[in-house]
Amino acid sequence: MTPGGVPGGSGRVEPPRTMLLQALETVRDPELDEPITSLGFVASCTVSPDGKARVRLRLPTYFCAPNFAYLMVADAYDAVSAVPGVVSAEVVLEDHFASDPINGGVAAGAGFARSFDGEAAGELEQLRADFLRKAVLAGTDQVCRPLLAAGHDPAALLAMRLGEVPPSPALDRLRQRRAGLGLPAGDDDPLLLDPATGAPVGADALPLHLRRAHLTRVSIEANSGICRGMLRHRYGTPGAGQTAV
Amino acid sequence: MYQSNGEKFFVVDEHMHYWNAAPDNWVPGAEQYAKGWIECFHAYMGLGPPETHWPLEHFQKYSEEDLMKDAFEDGHVDVGIFQPTYLKEWYKEGFNTTERNARLAEKHPGKLISNTRWDPRDGDAGIEKLRRDVERFGCKGVKLYTAEWNAGSRGWKLTDPAAYRFLEETQKLGIKNVHLHKGPTIWPLDKDAFDVSDVDHAATDFTELNFIVEHSAIPRIDDFCYMATQEPNVYAGLAVVIGALMHARPKFFARVIGELLFWVGEDKMLFGSDYAIWEPKWQVEGFINWEFPDDEAFSDYPRMTTASKKKIMGLNAAKLYDIKVPDEFQLPAEAGTPGAHEILGEGSPQPTGP
Repeated sequence: MTPGGVPGGSGRVEPPRTMLLQALETVRDPELDEPITSLGFVASCTVSPDGKARVRLRLPTYFCAPNFAYLMVADAYDAVSAVPGVVSAEVVLEDHFASDPINGGVAAGAGFARSFDGEAAGELEQLRADFLRKAVLAGTDQVCRPLLAAGHDPAALLAMRLGEVPPSPALDRLRQRRAGLGLPAGDDDPLLLDPATGAPVGADALPLHLRRAHLTRVSIEANSGICRGMLRHRYGTPGAGQTAV
Repeated sequence: MYQSNGEKFFVVDEHMHYWNAAPDNWVPGAEQYAKGWIECFHAYMGLGPPETHWPLEHFQKYSEEDLMKDAFEDGHVDVGIFQPTYLKEWYKEGFNTTERNARLAEKHPGKLISNTRWDPRDGDAGIEKLRRDVERFGCKGVKLYTAEWNAGSRGWKLTDPAAYRFLEETQKLGIKNVHLHKGPTIWPLDKDAFDVSDVDHAATDFTELNFIVEHSAIPRIDDFCYMATQEPNVYAGLAVVIGALMHARPKFFARVIGELLFWVGEDKMLFGSDYAIWEPKWQVEGFINWEFPDDEAFSDYPRMTTASKKKIMGLNAAKLYDIKVPDEFQLPAEAGTPGAHEILGEGSPQPTGP
């Protein structure tokens, strides 16, 4: 089949599988702040000639937290549905204690609270924001460590603007995460800010801020290491779109 | 006892289990949860060295003899502390109950300590049961699992009014040590089940109790460290930290240990194997012989000295449980590593809001 090929008859463009995988790459595990593809969470991903997309997701354990699992399934559903040429999407979380309410709830567009009737008090936007703030802190460490290693004085970081930081994937990522929270992320905005309030970091708070940023990064990376190990033990096969195990 | 480079280490394993998770103990209709739980535990074992892995069948149900050999004959453990986990909605007799643990502990006086547990949703009956357990088994500690499913509820937190009632009773009964383990569910489900801010509040309100946060609150080690540095009665249990990371992810392990040394400090870190998820032997030997990698990235962490290891491996837990430690294992003089407060000075964390 030609990539991006046109099936006969309808004239509709069939979305190739790579487009689906690219869409899934934009879906992140909110706790680990990594794409579900590189984590190996996409068990399979197919699209039929008539535009029906089917995605199967898998997680490191049967008891992974249902709220984060729901976010990943719902985000995957939205991402896949938005691919041009996809007429219907089915996203299924496998081998999980809450597979049924999650899969059914996402398919019906019910939202989290209705999917877990009586067990949830609200939706998951607060949870998502809390973890985006952690991603901002961890990303701050990723950007600042190389600067400090290159000889910048910690105090100099206080005055630094995002536009003055040498370009890097870590910097792009930090700006994206800040923007995702509605925090300033332009060239003239400060490199260091409090992710909860958006206020600049003062000189007094600097040592603690940098320490906490590093702590947050260490925590996320350790979790990611454990999750990858558990997933490998559970399935032993690479996920769809997973380039590195 | 473990000896390395002429130094003798007294080993207290503060986190051990004696479970039965074999199909004969699964609750009809809840088999998928019972199976899912033990298979999840078994996957954790997969993060240890390959030569220490067990087949699933053995892992589901091991014998008293297995435990005594793995911990005491081979594993260098001097005193083990049982942390019960009930899960009675999934396991007919419970996963590993106070009674099951205590029966074994009674056969080996001085070697095994049996903690009990409570669940705030059990109400008056739970209070009565707690009183009886303390009277019968002389418990000095309780293990709390906040993600336990109970009559339609998926969990609770320490700041629930019902939990405060149990904490008051715990303190009144002379129990000193509250071991806390967070899991993946809570009520309501949209909240982060692993959040530790409730421990912060409870530790402030119950200053006579020690709060040992198991697994150092993984996957929230960041929130935990930040909270523990502000609370003098909060401790870090190292079960899972060592088991899941030391072999499988040595660099991450070094960073996590570094963070714990910095924020929590060597006086408040306690070794636990989480047996039978992992055998103690490789963890005890590996940890005592462990050093920070020779790398600039680890240079701003407090050092891990022989004294640090002696405290973490047993002396800290011995203090909490009034375990008599022979003189040959004691430290010559108290030698502490400065905590985050001293190092950070002005910028030290202040108590945070709810």
